Amino acid sequence: MRAVAVVGASLAGVETARALREQGFDGRLTVVGDEDRLPYDRPPLSKEYLLGKAETDDLALLDGDDEDRLGIDWRLGVRATGLDLRRRAVELADGTEITADAVVVATGAAPNRLPGTAGLEGVHVLRSLTDADALRADLAAGSPRVAVIGGSFIGAEIASACSVLGLETTVVEALDTPMEPVLGPRVARVAAGLHGDNGVRLLRGVPVSGIRGIGRVTGVDLADGTVVPADVVVMGIGAKPATAWLEGSGLELDDGVVCDTGLLTAAGGVAAVGDVARLRGADGTSTRPEHWTAAAQQPAVAAANLLAGTALQEYRRAPYFWSDQYGVRLQFAGRAAPGDEVRVVEGALEEYAFAAVYERDGAVTAAAAMDRPRSFTRLRRGIGRAAAPV
Amino acid sequence: MIYACHLDDLPQGESLRVMADDPIALFNADGEIYAVDDTCTHQNASLSEGWLEGCHIECPLHEASFDLRTGQPTCLPAKRPVRTYPVTVDDDGGVYVDATVSERITEGAA
Ligand SMILES: Cc1cc2nc3c(=O)[nH]c(=O)nc-3n(C[C@H](O)[C@H](O)[C@H](O)COP(=O)(O)OP(=O)(O)OC[C@H]3O[C@@H](n4cnc5c(N)ncnc54)[C@H](O)[C@@H]3O)c2cc1C
Ligand code: FES
Repeated sequence: MRAVAVVGASLAGVETARALREQGFDGRLTVVGDEDRLPYDRPPLSKEYLLGKAETDDLALLDGDDEDRLGIDWRLGVRATGLDLRRRAVELADGTEITADAVVVATGAAPNRLPGTAGLEGVHVLRSLTDADALRADLAAGSPRVAVIGGSFIGAEIASACSVLGLETTVVEALDTPMEPVLGPRVARVAAGLHGDNGVRLLRGVPVSGIRGIGRVTGVDLADGTVVPADVVVMGIGAKPATAWLEGSGLELDDGVVCDTGLLTAAGGVAAVGDVARLRGADGTSTRPEHWTAAAQQPAVAAANLLAGTALQEYRRAPYFWSDQYGVRLQFAGRAAPGDEVRVVEGALEEYAFAAVYERDGAVTAAAAMDRPRSFTRLRRGIGRAAAPV
Repeated sequence: MIYACHLDDLPQGESLRVMADDPIALFNADGEIYAVDDTCTHQNASLSEGWLEGCHIECPLHEASFDLRTGQPTCLPAKRPVRTYPVTVDDDGGVYVDATVSERITEGAA
């Protein structure tokens, strides 16, 4: 193999480059990214960075040594617009193209936005450093009232940062209990309690019906007629895999780029990694983890399989993520299904300090913890061993 | 020298955190006592809460691992070493950490 093109210059793209070099690939390695900067880490954007406790330098995914060692041919600030599978050519927005023996799709996901919010000042999403800088600036101007739409992980972290900044903050959530689909009802109820206990208003069970304001946002309308006045609105309503550039390429797209558990797509020499990758198991079920750890760890498997030309390895890790909210560190591993029993093995839920397992038919399906990293790691390791390929 | 604990409070395989200017993590790895910076050099996590395996400590947040003998990271995402500190155990089993003479390792040595 003489040339590899990686599309997407973030966590999964960088780790792919690293894994390829570590596994002996010494050919041309091109990394394309539409952001006009070197790769950086996203989780701190809704945590330390929003509070000014971390700066751009702290987020860098590569240091000088890495740059020397990896020998990457960067194509930054330019978007990939198409993929010609037959020639394995990546077409770029500037009219040039990159041909390679293997292509790795690592374009991640782009945040969802409510319709009609484009161009309205004071309305934000949070995915990129540019987004974070814009939000940080708006939060620092005067003492804005903030409405966060969506009480899931990123929304809750933003609300938490706003409360630390002393801002009047409201979280608006369509579900009765935010994060319930992931955490299950019992633990999600506990997590939801953090908002109120920290002076943040949580309005739940009511969807947003519109955003108010001409030129600049003034508030959020809810379906039950409630108006939440706000000077800054942040939408934390999930993200969609960035696959628009692959429409019509012939790659199978289904809420992500479909690949096998070895991260290889059905098109030879093309792999997908990170938030954009939908891993489909032999039984037809599929997952798209959308967590930092998956984006960090899938690339080693993808690189090995690309270099071998066949799926020798599988990505088998159970999903794992963490979230920092109101000074509490939440960690979760595995997959909880509706009806799983939650058993607290240490601490107490209502004290926001516990480690718990989810059980179904006597088997552990998942583990969750707040501020109990040590017990959590022990539980997580148990789940890791039991994890099925998908 | 900081008095950290009594040897009885740190059985094999256990760890604890000692408050100093920068918090220090103490480990009993198969009878050998090690002291290193408690805060992971990657991001914000406490190594004394990590997973001890032999003389390696795995960070509880993103699984970077450090060699307790040298402080060097043995896998990503950490790239910089943690500082290591000399430990003395006196005849009565008192465990002391010399936080002043941290065995500072030059950055980038990884
Ligand atoms: C604010 C925030 C907080 C988070 N916190 C946590 C957390 O606490 N815990 C956790 O587990 N996970 C967290 N995550 C999720 C984690 O950051 C992602 O899972 C991870 O970034 C995925 O990496 P990736 O490389 O697959 O995709 P991304 O990081 O999305 O990167 C994809 C890159 O590809 C670029 N791109 C897209 N399309 C094109 C194109 N056509 N051409 C060229 N380039 C393109 C994008 O601009 C981007 O730079 C958080 C995410 C965000 C945004
Ligand atoms: S904080 Fe220790 S590995 Fe990330």
